[in-house]
Amino acid sequence: MSAMPDRGCTEQATAVKLVRSARGQREVFCGLTGIVWLHRKIQDAFFLVVGSRTCAHLIQSAAGVMIFAEPRFGTAIIDERDLAGLADVNDELDRVVEQLLSRRPEIKLLFLVGSCPSEVIKLDLGRAAARLSRSFEPRVRIRHYSGSGIETTFTQGEDACLASLVPTLVTSERRQLLIAGSLPDIVEDQFRRLFAAMGLDAVAFLPARRANEFPEIGPGTDVLLAQPFLADTGRALTERGCRLLTAPFPFGAEGTTAWLKAGASAFGIGEAAFDDATRDARSRAEASVARYAPELSGKRVFFFPDSQLEVPLARFLSRELGMGLAEVGTPFLHRSHLAAELEMLPADTVVVEGQDVEAQLDRCRAEKPDLTVCGLGLANPLEAEGLTTKWSIELVFSPVHGYEQAGDLAELFARPFVRRLRLAV
Amino acid sequence: MKLTLWTYEGPPHIGAMRVATALTDVHYVLHAPQGDTYADLLFTMIERNGRRPPVTYTTFQARDLGGDTAQLFQDAVSGAYERFQPGAMLVGASCTAELIQDDPAGLSAALALPVPVVPLELPAYQKKENWGAAETLYRLVRSLVTPRPRAAGDATASVRRPLCNILGPTALGFRHRDDVTEIARLLGQIGVDIHVVAPLGASAADLSRLGEADFNVVLYPEVAGPAAQWLKKSCGQPMTSVVPIGIGATREFIAEVARLAGIEPPAHLIGAPSRAAWYSRSVDSTYLTGKRVFIFGDATHAIAAARVARDELGFTVVGLGTYSRESAREVRAAASQYGLEALITDDYLEVEAAAAALHPELILGTQMERHIAKRLGVPCAVISAPVHVQDFPARYSPQMGFEGANVIFDSWVHPLMMGLEEHLLAMFRDDFEFHDKAASSHLGHTSAPVVAAATAPAAAPVEAIRQASPATVPADATAADGVRWDPDAEKELLKIPFFVRGKARRNTERFALQKGVNTISVGTIYDAKAHFGR
Repeated sequence: MSAMPDRGCTEQATAVKLVRSARGQREVFCGLTGIVWLHRKIQDAFFLVVGSRTCAHLIQSAAGVMIFAEPRFGTAIIDERDLAGLADVNDELDRVVEQLLSRRPEIKLLFLVGSCPSEVIKLDLGRAAARLSRSFEPRVRIRHYSGSGIETTFTQGEDACLASLVPTLVTSERRQLLIAGSLPDIVEDQFRRLFAAMGLDAVAFLPARRANEFPEIGPGTDVLLAQPFLADTGRALTERGCRLLTAPFPFGAEGTTAWLKAGASAFGIGEAAFDDATRDARSRAEASVARYAPELSGKRVFFFPDSQLEVPLARFLSRELGMGLAEVGTPFLHRSHLAAELEMLPADTVVVEGQDVEAQLDRCRAEKPDLTVCGLGLANPLEAEGLTTKWSIELVFSPVHGYEQAGDLAELFARPFVRRLRLAV
Repeated sequence: MKLTLWTYEGPPHIGAMRVATALTDVHYVLHAPQGDTYADLLFTMIERNGRRPPVTYTTFQARDLGGDTAQLFQDAVSGAYERFQPGAMLVGASCTAELIQDDPAGLSAALALPVPVVPLELPAYQKKENWGAAETLYRLVRSLVTPRPRAAGDATASVRRPLCNILGPTALGFRHRDDVTEIARLLGQIGVDIHVVAPLGASAADLSRLGEADFNVVLYPEVAGPAAQWLKKSCGQPMTSVVPIGIGATREFIAEVARLAGIEPPAHLIGAPSRAAWYSRSVDSTYLTGKRVFIFGDATHAIAAARVARDELGFTVVGLGTYSRESAREVRAAASQYGLEALITDDYLEVEAAAAALHPELILGTQMERHIAKRLGVPCAVISAPVHVQDFPARYSPQMGFEGANVIFDSWVHPLMMGLEEHLLAMFRDDFEFHDKAASSHLGHTSAPVVAAATAPAAAPVEAIRQASPATVPADATAADGVRWDPDAEKELLKIPFFVRGKARRNTERFALQKGVNTISVGTIYDAKAHFGR
């Protein structure tokens, strides 16, 4: 570990781990980016960002190719007339929403998504959502959350979105397991089948695939978080009487087993039933991960902060693939949700919360890690400097949770090495 | 407030980044929240730059807003200066920071840095990307160039070749990299030396020497217009007005450059050494004649494309438009030459509606129009920004100059050939020999499943063409205006060669409407043919 000083860096040694926090320039997406996967998950929802041309450009750039004629997201761009008070911003927003919903009758759930500009001018989207709900319910439900960069980092946008839904869910005393955090449909179905095989059929998911399929929740609900970035959602669920189960996250064979087991134990499923239900998938996962160990074992990985998935992924790479951890950067560290994960990291792991990107780049260059996991803004420049990189955004967009994807997850980290080996240019 | 699904241009600070990234030693400090750093990936992923854009973002957060964001900005400026040691700096605010009014100009001036620091005022709620690029280049030139009225009969001018600057190419520009190479070579052949290319590849010191050249070549007026105007006024440098896209424009450009340089243009250049001209005259290009083409892009590329389409490929321009509102006047003037009303809009859905209504056979547009064309089943070539990773090809691929004309010929004609093949597929769908279920002849007789798999993807574009082209609507269909086709007439129509079938259908329906014919018979087809016969 090099001793390059961070701007505003403080160190806090825990019993086993060194957690440093850094402040400075951050090279991360804002929470609006989550719209790119959330709109695909909730198939009849529209995400309307109330923001600037920058917001529109950001989502368009993050979405990459422009494949959809009329995507289910858009931006109500605030202009100078709104700012100068020549137009009433609330009237303007109502007009835009009316225009949108009359054009898109298939939309059943509309999110008004706050942005940096809308937060700074203190546009009250909560009141706007309430006002618009009076006109459009029950045909369209209208909710709001903030994906602004001054308040949310990348995946925190999903957290804010899901947290905004929790208070509106119907109350039920029903005994059930709720899995919170958006997962690809195929992964949801795998988890549903595994729990069913253990005899647990009462499994619900947040978010649901359609607006009218959202789960009912209440004191009988035990929650497994599928993602490590759901701080506000977890809190909101607790306030509704749900019980949060703590577990490592379902990455890799080990993480998936521990996560499933936390769910199973809460519902009194015995060891034998659990083993019977998971044995095959678990050994498939172990075998497919092991295939990549020769390429990855002994190599050192450096994580730049991105999605908050960094700590669980570092745990997976370290324990199931034998990789060394040079630095584990994360934009935010939720110490209680990640308690089990932190326990499983090697004692000398350096976890850095927050970012001062120039100082971190200096540390990375000094470390010369075998693999650098970073965002799209940094990957090609670091490759040009001779480092091998893995785009972190792919870890958010690809199905990587659960047993059947454990091998795919390992492969994502092995691919940059395989490619380097193949190329003779 | 305006509902926007896709945007053609980013906010103005993206334009400033395109200029800063093109320069070699100018650092931009942008007062902006953390999400704004997404802009880096435009350069590192779309353009595949091996260097991060030279931009420091203050990345203030909500908790900073109650505190001292001004101090945060000043720290970022001095930190960036110390780390990067730039030759000059740009400072400014993105949309959010504009609202908190921290005064980047005053704050950076107070630091008294030993390099020029150029403040940018880019109104994010009014202006867009290209305007931002032009304003940034203009501000840099104004700050770094000392005005020098041109003395008549400059002493050095007699002992050296004429000297020009090339202005306008930026990072993330549509083919700017290759256009500069092509035009620099052309200028050399004309007998003109190049003093500075800016902003692409120039340093702050290079910018300060701009005034020493004899004249300016303005490649991209959207970016270089204001800076070139100022140089004309302050340093007496004339500027080119012709953008050398296409053979005709390249010839005019050569003549204009020679006139500004006070030299005779070499005869072999005026002879237009371009393969495109011959290819276009060759008989196998006859089928290009009168192809209906819809054009949309930035003003410079759209206007140029219309001219090339009509004069150098023999197409018919049926639609012309731009998203550059700043250049609406020029595009309207150009459109009137084609008897058209220009489409001036940055609303993607409006462009799609216009394109669909005009039934073009080729769309020349941006990446947005590429998607429109895909949905309409119409061939398409990309002629303008906004850019996509595909617009940075590994090979040399200019749009300007004689080689640019060759590239344009290939890249516009190839999609049409593809379209031709798709039409052939549709035409032979029911043929006795080449029907869908027949095995491909080169696969022998044992390959039925393979053929089934191979024809499946082909069916999709064919289906799209059937939907998009009124020529192949299933028999017994009713035309939009209520005119019916009887089944025999529909069959007769299918015997007409596919490449004129759409026109035959439209003309026949128009004729039937005019004559009050409700059901089109075989006779109506031939009556219409005789009526419109040309």
